[in-house]
Amino acid sequence: MTPQPAATPPELKAQARELNFHYGAFHALKNISLPVYNEKITALIGPSGCGKSTFLRCFNRMHDLYPGNRYGGEIRLFPDDVNLLSQEVDPIEVRMRVSMVFQKPNPFPKSIFENAAYGLRVRGMNKKAELEEKVETALVNAALWNEVKDRLSEPAFNLSGGQQQRLCIARALAIEPELVLFDEPTSALDPIATASIEELMLELKEKVSILIVTHNMQQAARVSDYTAFLYLGEVIEYDDTKRIFTNPEKKQTEDYITGRFG
Amino acid sequence: MNRSNTKTIIRRQRLYEQLFILLGLVALLVALMTLLALFTRLAIDGMPRLNPDFFTSFPSRFAEKAGILSAWVGSFLVMFVTACAAIPLGVSAGIYLEEYAPKNRWTAIIEINVMNLAGIPSIVYGLLALGLFVQTFGFGQSILSAGLTLALLILPIIIVSTREALRGIPGGIREAAYALGATRWQVVADHLLPYSSGGVLTGVIIGLSRAIGETAPIITIGALTFIAFLPTSPFMAEFPFISFKWVLDPFTVMPIQMFNWTSRPEEAFQFNAAAAGVVLLAMTLLMNGVAIWLRYRIRKSIKW
Repeated sequence: MTPQPAATPPELKAQARELNFHYGAFHALKNISLPVYNEKITALIGPSGCGKSTFLRCFNRMHDLYPGNRYGGEIRLFPDDVNLLSQEVDPIEVRMRVSMVFQKPNPFPKSIFENAAYGLRVRGMNKKAELEEKVETALVNAALWNEVKDRLSEPAFNLSGGQQQRLCIARALAIEPELVLFDEPTSALDPIATASIEELMLELKEKVSILIVTHNMQQAARVSDYTAFLYLGEVIEYDDTKRIFTNPEKKQTEDYITGRFG
Repeated sequence: MNRSNTKTIIRRQRLYEQLFILLGLVALLVALMTLLALFTRLAIDGMPRLNPDFFTSFPSRFAEKAGILSAWVGSFLVMFVTACAAIPLGVSAGIYLEEYAPKNRWTAIIEINVMNLAGIPSIVYGLLALGLFVQTFGFGQSILSAGLTLALLILPIIIVSTREALRGIPGGIREAAYALGATRWQVVADHLLPYSSGGVLTGVIIGLSRAIGETAPIITIGALTFIAFLPTSPFMAEFPFISFKWVLDPFTVMPIQMFNWTSRPEEAFQFNAAAAGVVLLAMTLLMNGVAIWLRYRIRKSIKW
């Protein structure tokens, strides 16, 4: 899965422009400009506290849930070229288009079916047949259908950690999002579950754009098409994943990738 | 430090540990034995009077004929009014404070005062109710007045337990729901309320079991101590079949009935009081037991 240097640049899905973010007085993100290409995987790497998760959570306005947070600059979402961070844009509208998978599997204490269906219910879908069809599609896409199709009414907590995370992916996919944000989706999982989720992401990028935060550099190298290295709230380097990992331009990037710090 | 020295130190620490265990046991026994002695005494005195007639008779001038019918019916109806008023108010207030209220100085002041409310002597609530419900609103010395008074009294308990139950829900669950595009109300109604219901219910029952034993505020609003009739039946033969006339009827409750009997000079009435005490204690313990069982059940079904 090494990305070919495209002759024509790929289509943009989203683009951060001069993005700044403050937690109260703390300036967490500094002038970040970064493209997210359509139906590609963009990985964000960097040491703990560098702001990669903070950056990710700007894309679905998660920061709006807590007081004292402030955005500056813009994130444009294409094809309609709307600024996600604009005061006129309702965060709920944003979350209808951009969904998220969290670090720790966080299924609701409901049945497997209701977990996958919740995003659809929020959108007012109540017809059983329609829900069943969409839930099945989502579970198939999350590579979970075969394991759970006979026990959709069982509590989601009965699933293993890796299955729970795939259920969370199904939940995020059921609403047919344009962009899916993954916040270190495998950091709580064992290597086998991790491998299955990575494989899944590679399949998903046929249909959807993905932005992923990862602590694991091998993971970024294995799954992503583009990689950004963040350090202390700034993008140090952004490029094709292949080039970042084989021939980075900046010394800091090279030091981080080779494990000299981080 | 040589080895034998270490051993001496460890031995000394062990001794302290043993001493503390002993102290803790004694402290525990003081509390438990007092309650047990009290309960045994009540049970011995009251047992002979605990027959079916005791539950189906009105109070009487003759101790052997007297029963607690009007008292337990009164307690039951007052608790019903209390629950109907306190649950929606307390749960809504708890949800508002925890999920909606902006985190600023005003909210902090309100929060502190909710805690303070729990410490206000119940007789003060009685005085408030006498002025407000009985006189200003004209509810009279009725089941409605008493129910609302006790509702006010247990509101802080319900608010605090609702907030604690909400706080027990991991942030990841809230974020998961919001990330799917849920509105705040959808998050509350679809997730927070159902997942916190165990804690809320526990708080409600603990509140009610406190309310059922309250005497002072009910005496203050003027409950009668001798009632030889039941409130109007809530069920009617003709349309609309359900009547709410009973809420404005006079009443008595279990603790007042007990209080009335203990103030009689004849010894026979003391046994009635003891028997009523056993019934009241059993009701309270039963409610607490249900609360513990519910908490256990719900904790078992939802593990974070």
